[in-house]
Amino acid sequence: MNNFLSNSVFFGVFLSLTGYGIGLFIKKKLNLALFNPLLIAIIIVIAVLKVTGISYNNYNEGAKYISYLLTPATVCLSIPLYRQIAILKKDFKAIAVGIISGVLSSMGSVLAMSIIFGLTHEQYVTLLPKSITTAIGMGVSEELGGIVTITVAIIIITGVIGNIIASPVCKLFHITEPVAIGIGIGSSAHAVGTTKAFEIGETEGAMSSLSIAVSGLVTVIIASVFAGFY
Amino acid sequence: MKYLRQFLIIIAISFIGEVLKELLPFPVPASIYGMLIMFVALFTGVIKLSDVSDTGDFLIEIMPIMFIPAGAGLIDSWAVLKPVLLPVSVITIISTVIVMTVSGRVTQFIVRYQKNKLIDKQ
Repeated sequence: MNNFLSNSVFFGVFLSLTGYGIGLFIKKKLNLALFNPLLIAIIIVIAVLKVTGISYNNYNEGAKYISYLLTPATVCLSIPLYRQIAILKKDFKAIAVGIISGVLSSMGSVLAMSIIFGLTHEQYVTLLPKSITTAIGMGVSEELGGIVTITVAIIIITGVIGNIIASPVCKLFHITEPVAIGIGIGSSAHAVGTTKAFEIGETEGAMSSLSIAVSGLVTVIIASVFAGFY
Repeated sequence: MKYLRQFLIIIAISFIGEVLKELLPFPVPASIYGMLIMFVALFTGVIKLSDVSDTGDFLIEIMPIMFIPAGAGLIDSWAVLKPVLLPVSVITIISTVIVMTVSGRVTQFIVRYQKNKLIDKQ
């Protein structure tokens, strides 16, 4: 049976979707931010792989077809953005300054805490692109001499954390303007956070989508400057 | 046919994104090039919203599940992550809160400032 599951093409997709379905069910029953469907799905997949002894590579043999859709889905993020173009034009200055402040505070806070914790330069640059989208973050980490596999893991964890804390943080710090909520989530938690922003509203989602692209590109430009600070 | 045509357009743009990634020297992924192309195409009217919106909205709706395989991939990077787990976790959580708050509050401040200025004018 185990041998069969290791070779099945649909097992990985089935397991992922089932995990997410259970996540949605639990979230509906217990309406708490911590019970995040994505987080629950990831935990269920890891638990099932651990228990059955199926390797990640075998799971990914099927599951990679879900990841395959990520590029076309990211391309489609321009659709809600285009629908919100009136807001983009009206609040252009606020959006631009907001995203840049996000990039600077991301790298600034990583710099400060790396110094506090006495991390090595290699660990510091590995963490530097943590708030931007995986594909760009990998490139930045590699170029600066970071450990790319850890960067990828941290980017995913950051996204999941951002997804979970988005609503409580916005409430706590009185961020109520839809544009500001979207920029806040997208700048801090890239595409994984953006899925949360879309749950909150269309404007929030569109602004969060915009932040993924812009903060990623701004990070490419200034990350090497920050890498020289420590 | 509607969905097929829409999917074709989206995949075509994704492919052009891949080509640009290959040709241009920047560390920018195909998806971001594609996103820019899609936006410009919609903005200039080369593609109408109704040409892509049904399939596009569907893909965005199911987007969260696309991150499950990458998330489960932590199982393989656990060994490298484990020795630095504590500082990395603290830095990740605190910095995510800081970035969300700073960018959100800065955006909100300017949005409201401009709104008030507009009201004062009137």
